Amino acid sequence: MNEKQKPRVGVFVCHCGVNIGAVVNVPEVVEYAKTLPNVAYAEGNLYTCSSEGLSKIEEAIKKHRLTRAVVAACTPRTHEPLFRGACEEAGLNKYLFHMANIREHCSWVHPKEAQKATEKAKEIVKMAVAKASLLEPQEELEIDVHPTALVIGGGISGMAAAVSLANQTFKVHLVEKEDALGGKLRELYRLYPNDCYTSDVLNEFVQAVRSNPNITVHTSSTVRQTEGFIGNFKVTIDRKGKEESLDIGTIIVATGADVLKPNGMYCYGQNKNVVTQLELEQLLKEKKLRKPKNIVMIQCVGARENKEGGRNYCSRICCAVAVKNALYIKELLPESEVSILYRDMQTYGREFEEQYEKARQNYVQFIRYDGEKPPEVSSCPDGKLAIKVHDILLNATLELDADLVVLSTPLVQREEAEELSKILKVPLGAEGFFFEAHVKLRPVDFATDGIFVCGTAHSPKTIAESIAQAYAAASRAGIPMALKRVRTEAITAFVDEDMCTGCGTCVKLCPYNAIRKDEGGIARVNDILCKGCGVCAASCPEKAIDMKHFSDKQVLAEATAALGDS
Amino acid sequence: MVNSVLVIGGGIAGIQASLDLANRGTKVHLVEKTPSIGGRMAQLDKTFPTLDCSICILAPKMIECFRHPNVDLLTYSEVADVKGEAGDFTVKLLKKPRYVDSAKCTGCGTCMEKCPVKVPNEFDMGLGNRKAIYMPFKQAVPLVATIDTEHCLYFTKGICRVCEKVCPSKAVNFEQKPEETTMNVSSIILATGFDVFNPSTMSEYGYGRFKNVIQSMEFERIISASGPTDGHLVRPSDGKEPKSIVFVQCVGSRSQHGEYPFCSSVCCVYATKESILTKEHAPETDVHIMYIDMRAVGKGFQEFVDRAKNQHGINFIKAHPGGISEDPTTRSLQIHYEDMLTGEMKKLEADMVVLCPALIPKEDNKKIADATGLELDHYGFFKSRNNLTAPVDTNVAGIYICGYCQGPKDIPESVAQASGAAARAAETIMCSTKGAKP
Repeated sequence: MNEKQKPRVGVFVCHCGVNIGAVVNVPEVVEYAKTLPNVAYAEGNLYTCSSEGLSKIEEAIKKHRLTRAVVAACTPRTHEPLFRGACEEAGLNKYLFHMANIREHCSWVHPKEAQKATEKAKEIVKMAVAKASLLEPQEELEIDVHPTALVIGGGISGMAAAVSLANQTFKVHLVEKEDALGGKLRELYRLYPNDCYTSDVLNEFVQAVRSNPNITVHTSSTVRQTEGFIGNFKVTIDRKGKEESLDIGTIIVATGADVLKPNGMYCYGQNKNVVTQLELEQLLKEKKLRKPKNIVMIQCVGARENKEGGRNYCSRICCAVAVKNALYIKELLPESEVSILYRDMQTYGREFEEQYEKARQNYVQFIRYDGEKPPEVSSCPDGKLAIKVHDILLNATLELDADLVVLSTPLVQREEAEELSKILKVPLGAEGFFFEAHVKLRPVDFATDGIFVCGTAHSPKTIAESIAQAYAAASRAGIPMALKRVRTEAITAFVDEDMCTGCGTCVKLCPYNAIRKDEGGIARVNDILCKGCGVCAASCPEKAIDMKHFSDKQVLAEATAALGDS
Repeated sequence: MVNSVLVIGGGIAGIQASLDLANRGTKVHLVEKTPSIGGRMAQLDKTFPTLDCSICILAPKMIECFRHPNVDLLTYSEVADVKGEAGDFTVKLLKKPRYVDSAKCTGCGTCMEKCPVKVPNEFDMGLGNRKAIYMPFKQAVPLVATIDTEHCLYFTKGICRVCEKVCPSKAVNFEQKPEETTMNVSSIILATGFDVFNPSTMSEYGYGRFKNVIQSMEFERIISASGPTDGHLVRPSDGKEPKSIVFVQCVGSRSQHGEYPFCSSVCCVYATKESILTKEHAPETDVHIMYIDMRAVGKGFQEFVDRAKNQHGINFIKAHPGGISEDPTTRSLQIHYEDMLTGEMKKLEADMVVLCPALIPKEDNKKIADATGLELDHYGFFKSRNNLTAPVDTNVAGIYICGYCQGPKDIPESVAQASGAAARAAETIMCSTKGAKP
């Protein structure tokens, strides 16, 4: 295409059945479009997105030698890829297409003002044509993907993810900071909901990892540094002071969580008979709980509180864990009295609710307290413990004796997570857990391509939920490796070298670490890392940075079309 | 060598599993029983805890399925028979006749405009009407009309055929026949979702008798901009804006005497969401949620509930109401409940009550279990091979499960499980082609 030639814009105005057509006078908009500068052709379609509508775009591009296309219809979020595809079919670079939204931005919000809505639709089309006239073709880069994954964390999630990726025939490096695989699971005893021993589950997974020739296990190792981008990460791992560099295609974070130590709460740390649920598991595992006892469990210790320094969130699994351990104690030492002091029993779903009911039938006592009035624990001189709690269902204050008080504390992010988030350049959320790309629909993706998260590093969850998420991460991480190549964003920033003063503002602000200064002190954009967010362009004091496809000139042309030349 | 996968169910879980596989180069047959993919998520107004518009985040994925060269979209179709084993299943499918040629229909809606028969719209939970020839909702995929033979005048009385005359694309075809197709797939993923318990069997709540007692899926449609009231929050009896609304949790669920002792896992937080939406529509409305335990166990959910309490002034009441009565003149309601905190019997007046019913396994699960040899649990959910260590695997190698059909869960968990099932299906393909062991 000769760039010096005047652009020839085609405009396709959609009725969207009655969605646009019943409000906006589409034929009037089409006639108006024909009068706009650079417009060589305009037509109306009942449904531009139907196969008939798409072939009409392709025909018109060829017949009228169009060099730009504008569809005035719905939202680019859903339909832009479709129309871009039609342009490509007709031999037009897909970045020479532009969409004007006259449905969500017009007919749907002004259903009772047909005339005004028609005028507004014309202006929206005018803006789109002004921008389209200045559009330039863009190219997406294609890069190779190294078919090797890195899984950080050798707990149940990391092991499940590693085995799945290995079964998908990819090489996997599994990095674990401890000297053995298993993570937090090694500290547990019996497991819900099918009452098996942790050791059985651990052996099954460790065996699957160790026997798979595609998996290389690095114990006593940590990730020190990462460079690069999806498909081509260079990761440095450290094993007892010895560094090794790995070529990696995709990365899964499965670093797990810690259990909050309730120091200073309910005599914890002052009386050895106040323990956490995790420490209780240890006592059970080591068979140290031998005589029937009075046991009181307190839920939401350090969780679901709005206090400064407290954790606001519900840790999801603690109620089920308390029920599990209460039932086990009742089985082991039937004479024991077990009371669970709770705020809301979070035994969601199927099995947990069944176990909760079973616990009630087995005379585990459930006492409901108000979060505003938590129980009080005092340590008696004889080492026994006294608990005072207001039962809100009985509306009475109860005094309980206990040989053992068990505190249910939330899962919290590990201390090392902050450093890892910096090394990988992926974010942590407000509660400290790794923050995914989209809470609802992209639960295991990070916004950064090629890096994924699963298990309790993402948020508190059960073993089964962690395994399902681990497989999910293995699916997502497997996609680019299966394709062997990925396409990168074409809408990126570019630097005018003559204008750049090397101040470094953009380097600091870029959220994707895509800009570096070269030897000459000039900012350089890495097209693969750049996501085209525009932060650099907006903040450059010299206006030396501009965005492809959203250049100042193009955006100004749109604004001028909307507001007039004045 | 068979390297394709069959996905049964076109809701968010089935869509996610299909796209993960298609995007890695695997051929996917996505089978959906109803005329459009989208499932339950398409019916929701907003999603918790971010209050994203549900259809706005779902529609791009639906369209991606439609356009994807590796996805063979088989709507209005059902699985008739499954034979074979992991790596090579033979599946028989039945495609029901739409009586509209999908290749010709442009979705223009002219037929729907002219069709004289009004039918309660299932998508709007029966609150609004559709025609006997219809597309279930505006963003339906594929956007193709379907004739409902139970109500169409031609099929019931042999008259009319107006749709055939007005169709500009000549797409209506009354002669269409059911089609049977057979295909070979390496593995099968089930994502059949859930049904909503019909609360009319709990006569104490008056659902079905009292017009202003509705259930939560109906509320989603009422408050949705594309719903039967165009998003105006009004009560069914008189179309007036309710000044007070009570949400009732655990209707049919967590019942030790009823059929559904389990917890549906999502109701506490979606009721919180619906309460916040109510306040956003009409800030003066009094909103109460009656609950047994407030289960906000997901990421950001407790914070969401705190926001409802502290910023929006939603009143959370620890109670499980014993009954609801109606004032026959005003059609307003009285909720009778025992205040768990004081033990007192109390009454609360409300203009509208929203029941949050148990979300239950699909009726069809039994049929699919029979066809595939899969085991169901005692409620009718598909059973995991091991509910601790193999949540998406089943008793049949090569058949995987994800989403609510495996047990109660929310959207992010369904999406994660769907991707997880896709990974297991991808493993099966690699194993059968390269001789490795899953």
